[in-house]
Amino acid sequence: MAGDSTGYIQHHLQNMAYGELPAGYERHNADGTVSVLAEDTWTLAHSSAEAADMGFWAVHLDSLGWSIGLGLIFSFLFYRVAKNATAGVPSGIQSFVELLVSFIDGVVKDIFHHKNRMIAPMGLTIFCWVFMMNLMDLVPVDWLPMAAQKISGNEHLFFKVVPTTDVNITLGMAFTVFAFMIFFSIQQKGLIGFIKELTMHPFHSGKWYIDFTILVWVNLILEVVALISKPISLGLRLFGNLYAGEMIFILFGVMLGSGLVLGTAGVFLHLGWAIFHILVITLQAFVFMVLTTVYMAMAHDVDEEH
Amino acid sequence: MEALGLVYVAAALLIGLGALGTAIGFGTLGGKLLEGSARQPEQGPALQGKMFLMAGLLDAVPMIGVGIGMYLIFVVAPSLV
Repeated sequence: MAGDSTGYIQHHLQNMAYGELPAGYERHNADGTVSVLAEDTWTLAHSSAEAADMGFWAVHLDSLGWSIGLGLIFSFLFYRVAKNATAGVPSGIQSFVELLVSFIDGVVKDIFHHKNRMIAPMGLTIFCWVFMMNLMDLVPVDWLPMAAQKISGNEHLFFKVVPTTDVNITLGMAFTVFAFMIFFSIQQKGLIGFIKELTMHPFHSGKWYIDFTILVWVNLILEVVALISKPISLGLRLFGNLYAGEMIFILFGVMLGSGLVLGTAGVFLHLGWAIFHILVITLQAFVFMVLTTVYMAMAHDVDEEH
Repeated sequence: MEALGLVYVAAALLIGLGALGTAIGFGTLGGKLLEGSARQPEQGPALQGKMFLMAGLLDAVPMIGVGIGMYLIFVVAPSLV
């Protein structure tokens, strides 16, 4: 692995980016040689510089692969349990799923008082999927990449295991929730209702000339800032927690690699941080779900005409 | 060379002040939880649930700061060296 610690940390923050490098691009290979590309080639980036040069259309294979894989596992598992759910003696997995579903249903019922059959399943999916993605953070940083290196024989293969430490994934989910929020607001309140909500709250005087000259613009600024801050804070909260959590695991990895005394201290610190991180993982998945449900409830609030 | 020092100072401030604010916030939150459950012990579990929810929400501010601070330290700073 990279000798010095900064190299180790840098190496472990590098997603597996797959994108197109332009013709004539000098690639600095690991063994120091420089190879010039003959034509535009779609390839895996060897360094963060190359990943940056790939521009917009570079895809993080590891984040996508792990998140989609975990999502499929979740949906397949719940589908199979739902398929052969028996009213008789429930099997172990079925009682676990029932526990989860009833817990989430209770939380959603407390928050969401309108009639929409999509919200509780969305809450369940978000909670389980985000929790499973976060759970990957408890797997020590080097296990899976090293296993893959051994299997594939390619010594330079590396990928980040936790999808939620990739800002694209968390902000992607947050903006999808944002799109739902806008869609449901317009569906429930109508386009005019939605615009009125943005321009008439919180100040309105009823006299049109005062409204349209000053108050509407003040309202618009306040409301738009509040609206935009919702998805961004939702996405960055999950990203910040998981990214910082994994960063600390990587730092413990550096400690493990440097000497006996630091190594043993690193093991205990790693254990302690992992135990605390179990709380952080569930809490962040729960908060993401609750906030999504709250935003959906706000989108459905029609009767607060004042 | 000048910018490098500033980047590290910025990251330190980002993480430190965020942690300071959250520590005070969590302290008061925990204190209020104890007061509330002392006054009405039967409401203990409900209060605790809500406290964890608030703790999760409060976590956003310092964690975004820590995330950006670490980005500064490990991505921006090496590129300036």
